[in-house]
Amino acid sequence: MTARYLSIEQVDMTFTRDGIDSQVLKNINLSVERGEYISIIGHSGCGKSTLLNIVAGLIDSTSGAVILDGKEVNDPGPDRSVVFQNHSLLPWLTVFENVALAVNKTFARSKSKAERHEWILKNLEMVGMTAARDKRPDEISGGMKQRVGIARALAMEPKVLLLDEPFGALDALTRAHLQEEVMRIQEELHNTIIMITHDVDEAVLLSDRIVMMTNGPSAKIGEILAIDLPRPRNRITLADDPRYNHYRQEVLRFLYEKQRKVESLAERRDKPAITDAAKARA
Amino acid sequence: MSVSQRADSVTQPAQASWVPQLQKLKDALVQRVLPPLLILALLGGIWELLCSSPTAALPPPSQVITDTWSLIVNPFYDYGGNDKGMGWQILASLERVAYGYSLAVVVGISLGVLVGQSTWALRGLDPVFQVLRTVPPLAWLPISLAGFQDSAPSAIFVIFITAIWPIIINTSVGVRNIPEDYRNVARVLRLNGYEYFTRIMLPAAAPYIFSGLRIGVGLSWLAIVAAEMLIGGVGIGFFIWDAWNASMLSDIVLALIYVGIVGFILDRMVAYVGNRVTRGTSKG
Repeated sequence: MTARYLSIEQVDMTFTRDGIDSQVLKNINLSVERGEYISIIGHSGCGKSTLLNIVAGLIDSTSGAVILDGKEVNDPGPDRSVVFQNHSLLPWLTVFENVALAVNKTFARSKSKAERHEWILKNLEMVGMTAARDKRPDEISGGMKQRVGIARALAMEPKVLLLDEPFGALDALTRAHLQEEVMRIQEELHNTIIMITHDVDEAVLLSDRIVMMTNGPSAKIGEILAIDLPRPRNRITLADDPRYNHYRQEVLRFLYEKQRKVESLAERRDKPAITDAAKARA
Repeated sequence: MSVSQRADSVTQPAQASWVPQLQKLKDALVQRVLPPLLILALLGGIWELLCSSPTAALPPPSQVITDTWSLIVNPFYDYGGNDKGMGWQILASLERVAYGYSLAVVVGISLGVLVGQSTWALRGLDPVFQVLRTVPPLAWLPISLAGFQDSAPSAIFVIFITAIWPIIINTSVGVRNIPEDYRNVARVLRLNGYEYFTRIMLPAAAPYIFSGLRIGVGLSWLAIVAAEMLIGGVGIGFFIWDAWNASMLSDIVLALIYVGIVGFILDRMVAYVGNRVTRGTSKG
């Protein structure tokens, strides 16, 4: 097996609650190249976030392994920084202090105090938040909070940046704006990024590859779609691009035809029925 | 002529700038200070009417003021023994509260963090706390007198044991309610135990902790008066008991007013500190 930058190998995840096992992920295999932008898309409840949390090390997989840059991931660490869906800034710290907490901890030994200060400012500048450095999270908008969350994650210089539905809680205009920012930053820094999303346009616009997951329980990777569109990408010109629309259609077809989400009360009560139906479909 | 004109033109804008400020102050006085003053005057009037007959059991406010005038104007006299001014009496009580309460803060927050962090500590200690916290403060006094063989530490112990329960319980609830997101941030950053405690846990639980501290300070001030009545010595509690024995009802009324005001100030002080520390996230 060739040594990939990040590889997820045969990961299974089973949660046990009240003595009842429920398998969330089954036999997940994925290799990610350095500098690649991967989106994971699937219906809600399919275990996308669980998979991201396993890569982050926040939860342990039941079996299988995650290997990053030749080392197995066992617990969380700054080499896999996470941008959480609801920003998770600490409300008692200012914008600057929130980023500083991460920078001062991560580079306590490798950077001098002055260098760290510079580095915090540089990262705030990268996301356009320099002017709000002394504001508290309560005093800034949702989009700005998410910018700070991104700055905090970037500032740790992670080997892989994990984005957990980073734009999900934002309005459409703010979301579009932040997507552009993330594309620009990735172009500049060549970060390796794994992003969870359920927005088809977002996935196609940002990704090098889209990983489409089947419905849970026992979700697995259904298809992987390589997006071969030149960068920098522009959402307005792409809207008329036949390739872009083709990719979009592929993802939509997967989500709404092959993996149509049927969630009726009867099936909820009778879980095995879903598994059988899913198997029959697959 | 020209000089006075110039003077006018200089003073006018200056006046214009502080007149609205004065107006704001006036509004604040009318809205905040006037209503309680009116109620106070009304209640005082009723009291005066009810107690004005010579056969009344309690003194009317006018008599309270004439009786206690020497105490009011001279709060810091010291004639030796227990015969000290009201200022000294209150300071003596405050000193006991300060010792007992500080001890309760340190021990209470530590135990609260323990119970909030560890499920086993919660299972083991919480039932014990729930039973002990219902024991009335004064019920602890005989046993602490027996244990310490001295009245001074006993009073402090009673304050401690009274104030500690709300501090423990609120701290543990605050620690248990730290959002999972903050814990995850701490884990990704690999904060060590000490860093997690100071950078995440204390600030995140601070609003809860301070509501516990406020309840605690109120309870300790309630308990000190009762405890001092029993242990004697200098202190506002024994002052009240002493006045009762000497049938000086006016002194008791004055002492009650002082106790109320000091209790109110203590509560506001803790609320103020809490507001500063939590930067407004705990509403005072």
